[in-house]
Amino acid sequence: MDFNLSDERRMLQETARRMIRETYPIEKRHDFARSEKGFSADIWRDFAELGLVGALLPAQAGGYGGTGEDIALVFEEVGRGLVVEPFLATAILGAWPLCEAGGAEAGDAGTLEAVIEGRHLLALAHGEPGSRYSLAQVKTQATESGGIWRISGVKSVVLNGDTADDLIVSARIAGAAEAQDGLALFRVDPKDEGVARRSYALIDGGAAADITLGEAIGTPIGAPGEAYPVIERTIARAALAAAAQALGAMEAAKDLTLDFLKTRTQFGKPIGANQVLQHRMVDMLIEIEQLRSCVMLAASTLEAGRETRERNVSAAKHLAGRVGRQVAEEVIQMHGGVGMTWELAAPHYAKRIVMIDHLFGDTDHHLERFIHFSKGAA
Amino acid sequence: MELSYTQDEIAFRDEVRAWLAKRLSKRLVNKVRKAQRLTKADYKEWHALLVERGWMAWHWPVEHGGTGWTPVQKHIFEEEMIAAGAPRIIPFGVNMLGPVLIEFGSQAQKDYYLPRILNDEDWWAQGYSEPGAGSDLASLKTSAVRDGGDYVVNGQKTWTTLAHFANRIFCLVRTGPDAPKPQQGISFLLMEMDTPGIEVRPIYTLEGEHEVNEVFFSDVRVPVENLVGEENQGWTIAKYLLNYERTGIAGVGFSKQSLGALRKIAQTEQKDGRPLADDPHFAARIARLEIDLLAMEIFNLRVVAAAGEGKLPGAESSLLKIKGTQVRQEATDLMRRAVGPYAAPDLPEAFDEGWNGQAPGPDYALPLARGYFNMRKTSIYGGSNEIQRNIVAKHLLGF
Repeated sequence: MDFNLSDERRMLQETARRMIRETYPIEKRHDFARSEKGFSADIWRDFAELGLVGALLPAQAGGYGGTGEDIALVFEEVGRGLVVEPFLATAILGAWPLCEAGGAEAGDAGTLEAVIEGRHLLALAHGEPGSRYSLAQVKTQATESGGIWRISGVKSVVLNGDTADDLIVSARIAGAAEAQDGLALFRVDPKDEGVARRSYALIDGGAAADITLGEAIGTPIGAPGEAYPVIERTIARAALAAAAQALGAMEAAKDLTLDFLKTRTQFGKPIGANQVLQHRMVDMLIEIEQLRSCVMLAASTLEAGRETRERNVSAAKHLAGRVGRQVAEEVIQMHGGVGMTWELAAPHYAKRIVMIDHLFGDTDHHLERFIHFSKGAA
Repeated sequence: MELSYTQDEIAFRDEVRAWLAKRLSKRLVNKVRKAQRLTKADYKEWHALLVERGWMAWHWPVEHGGTGWTPVQKHIFEEEMIAAGAPRIIPFGVNMLGPVLIEFGSQAQKDYYLPRILNDEDWWAQGYSEPGAGSDLASLKTSAVRDGGDYVVNGQKTWTTLAHFANRIFCLVRTGPDAPKPQQGISFLLMEMDTPGIEVRPIYTLEGEHEVNEVFFSDVRVPVENLVGEENQGWTIAKYLLNYERTGIAGVGFSKQSLGALRKIAQTEQKDGRPLADDPHFAARIARLEIDLLAMEIFNLRVVAAAGEGKLPGAESSLLKIKGTQVRQEATDLMRRAVGPYAAPDLPEAFDEGWNGQAPGPDYALPLARGYFNMRKTSIYGGSNEIQRNIVAKHLLGF
């Protein structure tokens, strides 16, 4: 049993933390987040040059990491810095289906290399109006004629869908609307005349898009009809990344709140002198340590069999949602009036923490999923 | 990062497991599983097995007859004992006084008392709390006044667990009533329970059981040799004990055991013709508990692993104590709920060995409400959870 990071990972962690701390003050972050793209392309390339994108992908894709531990480590720093660059959309959601389909061997070497160098952006267009957090519920249809696949349907809240150079689109080639069989993934050029994008900002920073596909041309990724396991594994990675990101954001928000409790005075003493606030901070600390433990567990079993992987990822994502709400609400409440302002960093952390619960399944969704995948273990 | 046990640790676990399966009597396991009252003889039977195997002093260093186990081994041992249905090891002598004597005791005290603890010849009780000194332990009033070669002790201790089985007691007493701070006037004293002037009276806890006592001291003469450490050094010793490795404080093993039992009950109990375990609302409550426990198990192992690297768990133990008691209490709450109306019937006689009567409902329902009420103590004893929060606020948050 060993909970220590290897030397390489410790270096990676320090590199990420230092770069984010030094180049990412909150004012700049707001500028990036509220820009049209929703992030900074220059900063993204800097992150990539430091190896933070490659760390999220395996060797067969030209990366140098990609394990659960790597993902958890990088995304904790992404959360700590309130980073809005497209780590999730490009390095996890977009790149992993390409890796799984064979990566370099399947002819995607150029794309993945460009992704790792920060020159190429991806987005996964999977969710649809009404599909909520279901992984299999896909109504978008793909049909083949004369060797050409054409895709029609509507995809909603596609992270970085407006800026992606390539869209990875899920579509159904057979089966009922909620069947796991009959799903396929396609690479679609967003400039295709059958693609219409409506982009918008997100409440916690960054951007997304709704995408309407009308007979858009797609190139299959992997064997059409058998994409469900790839989608499930990709979303598991993304859910772990989101939980780790929430953890990092909670650590930062807790530290900001602790500073505030020690410096803000009322009735002639720091408000942190009040036991009621101290005890609530301790309760936050306990739950954050619980979440950290659960993220470690999910990270260490990400490459395990399906039941174990899904069960532990759901435990972590459930806890991230449950603890996240407690921490976010306490952070705002303990700051008092200024906790309600745009000016402070802490409330922006609170927004990010809460909105992570809306990514890849919320706390209720993952509790149900945990129960489902625990049936075998009972 | 590697979250699984090493080959050596797995081998150790298998050794402990095999030994427990072979040596622990079915009779004892049965009593523990049914939550029956354990007699002094039951505990002595269990302790004798440990003495025989050389595992009684499982927390001590090898040079004093202990096992010299790593924190991970201790953790494994604890989990296996609970999983096997062993009674608990009465901690007052072996886990509390032993380490204190090793650190602070005179050579004569070590030579006399340590072998007696190792061989389970003494049953020690812990005399800390008083009616007016609970969380504020340093305000204790039981006095020890020097008179020739003796201390004369007067006062009262309370919540003294199993003092009615004990032949000895270690106490915190006030020797320096005029010290500038109350912590500075306290000493650590050893006594024999049959000394004239000591009287034990039972306290019946809310579920009607006799586990704790009041102990009264009137003009009890204790030889000066029974002072541990220096006079007025008692608070330092008490604090040492508090910071002594507390790998088991989260009670992960207990909660795992409870969760397993809860799952079985929920499978057996019916709601609208289906197992209660399939009721979405109840299933969600169990799952939330299970996720908390899953996280806490890793949290606990993180602290255990850090202890193995020489980092003494300080306030982290307090975090684990709070979460651990919350989880244990939640488990007993769900168990009581799981059996519905049959949680209510109370048959005190059913908890004696050999009872072969008929329970109004299922047998497993009988101890559940009692267990729930009994577990309320865990967030109060050993420093209430509010005191633990104060400790964390001071040491981890810098308030």
